[in-house]
Amino acid sequence: MSEPASSDHLSSGANTTPLARDLVDERLVIWYFLAALGYLFVSMTGGLLMALQLVQWNPFQDSEFLSPGRWRMIHTNAIAYGFLANCFLGALHWAVPRMTLKPVLHKALSMFIFLAWQVVVLSTAAGILMGQAQGVEWGETPTWIDPLALAGLALVAANFMAPIIRTKGPLYVTLWYFMAAFVWTFLTYAMGNFVPQYFVSGTSAGAIGGLFIHDLVGLFVTPLAWGLMYYFVPILLKKPIWSHGLSLVGFWGLAFFYPLNGIHHFLYTPIPDFLEYGAIVATIAVEFVVTTVIINFFGTIWGSGRAVITNLPIRWFYTGMVLYFITCAQCAMQVTHTFQKLIHFTDWVVGHAHLVMFGVFSLWFFGMMTYLFPRLFRQSWYSRALCEWHFWLSISGITVMFIDLTLAGVFQGYYWASLQPWEASIDGSYPFWVTRLFAGLVIIAGQVVFVVNIWKTWRLSNASA
Amino acid sequence: MFESKSGILLIGGLGFFLFAFLSNALVPILLYQHLPEQTVEQLVEDNQNLIYQFEDLSLRYPEQFKKYYDKPDTKNLARALRLGRDIYVGEGCWHCHSQFVRPVSNESVRWGKVASSDEYQNELQRPVMWGTRRVGPDLSREGGRRGNDWHAVHFFDPHSVSPGSPMPRYPWFYDDKDPAKPNERGIAIITYIQWLGSWLEEYPFYEDYVPLQEQMQNPLE
Repeated sequence: MSEPASSDHLSSGANTTPLARDLVDERLVIWYFLAALGYLFVSMTGGLLMALQLVQWNPFQDSEFLSPGRWRMIHTNAIAYGFLANCFLGALHWAVPRMTLKPVLHKALSMFIFLAWQVVVLSTAAGILMGQAQGVEWGETPTWIDPLALAGLALVAANFMAPIIRTKGPLYVTLWYFMAAFVWTFLTYAMGNFVPQYFVSGTSAGAIGGLFIHDLVGLFVTPLAWGLMYYFVPILLKKPIWSHGLSLVGFWGLAFFYPLNGIHHFLYTPIPDFLEYGAIVATIAVEFVVTTVIINFFGTIWGSGRAVITNLPIRWFYTGMVLYFITCAQCAMQVTHTFQKLIHFTDWVVGHAHLVMFGVFSLWFFGMMTYLFPRLFRQSWYSRALCEWHFWLSISGITVMFIDLTLAGVFQGYYWASLQPWEASIDGSYPFWVTRLFAGLVIIAGQVVFVVNIWKTWRLSNASA
Repeated sequence: MFESKSGILLIGGLGFFLFAFLSNALVPILLYQHLPEQTVEQLVEDNQNLIYQFEDLSLRYPEQFKKYYDKPDTKNLARALRLGRDIYVGEGCWHCHSQFVRPVSNESVRWGKVASSDEYQNELQRPVMWGTRRVGPDLSREGGRRGNDWHAVHFFDPHSVSPGSPMPRYPWFYDDKDPAKPNERGIAIITYIQWLGSWLEEYPFYEDYVPLQEQMQNPLE
């Protein structure tokens, strides 16, 4: 078993142990995080436009390039490929060399990947704005960019796999997740963007679309994010993960059951029932796996519970984990035909998606950034109070938005099933949409506070340098 | 095996992914092999419902139609349909409108025949436009329910014919910002909408509308 905490003590190791600062290109980590935050604001702009459109307060009605329909796609793409992917790349650059005691494949390649990925994300946004979106949910990247993005993913895998492959002896949990994620992300992207576009249509394309939607979350975002949790939590708490056995159950359970979930996005479609039931059973199985992971992490923090008050990154991480458990518990229920009858197509699902992407994964990255920016700038936070504001604004915003959209979904489902005129469901949704708009504004305010705090901290670090 | 590189990469990474792909993607592909994918040309051929709508567009907007589509033959109809589908995707219509009717929640009362696989085995459903959200109603049986004029005005300003609708305006589907002058894109998207459901016998489908007040008087009916 490798000792997770050992990577924390790199700089105090024996002479033969390389120093972390020689292995890690910290500039690149900063750039990735700043790029990620930039895209976060692009994404929030898209969300805001759509929210304004729904409550019919959108002031930019007649501009083709501000069309809420197009910005709705930028909203999700900027989060997946702009915000989350850049966060991951930054965090991987920080974590992988520390865990393997080896640098990534090549410095120049890292730089190239950084630039190339920004080109991919920006051309995706430009393509969608010009109306060239591809009809794959979460994969609206115009078709001509897909091969480039795929080549980028291959380079990313090569760059980070090089130090992992050369590592001798047992691998720490984090590296299992990373290795699998490199394979899965590549395969998922290729499957979702090419098969339903060039090879099959109709029901089969729908089944693959479902696999893609789910695998993008489950096989790209989830394993990388959990891998980082297995890395950062023991370091911050200064103790090892509670149970290695549960870590194994968590990883292999995810690896087996998660890829089988996809079709649950299209229940009651012409996809055959036996495939729908298979996806439902696999989804409920994932919930059991998730429970073991959550138990493992709460076993880890057992006895150091005060850390959630005193240690901000730990608070971000564990809040995200609680919300993750809620998301997955919700998933195990909403995936059944009984729930789907009522809530499919409604804002319930939108609330679920926001809880996962913002309430879990974005929260974890805010935690990592809260931990890493002072280390990258070699300067403690300009204001701890602003860090607290960032946390509480984000949490209150997403909580209100989640409850609001979930309720809205139940109402919409009953409006439709009771055969009232369509307009009744629009009128009935209105108060919920207004609430969602303001919840979104609270979230945006939280991120503005964060960026101001980063800016001020950077200024301080320059002044003291 | 459970902690080795090869185990994680080959079994976890590659093996389980392939198993899922074979069981969840290849199975439906094989199941629908007997339904060959139709091209757009095959879809428009003999589709009198759709040809009627396309000719109707050429009569209502003769100058615009002449300018962008010349004459209403099946070749131009196929072109309009392809472009209409690209617009439907590019404008993100499919993020607020679904294209399948479920066998539950009274959906077949509102929209007609429950969706079946054969309806989607064509080039325009690549990738399939089922959608995952309904802000607006399902569109898979929308064709023919409303006239081309209605659609022209509706795309220009949804509010004017559908008060309270949160649908965005699409003035870029028109020349000179005039709802009486749909351009190439405007004619294409209307053609595409009129195509939806045009392959069904029950085209156009109208639900039996019972006002809410009457519904509440006899809630068991």
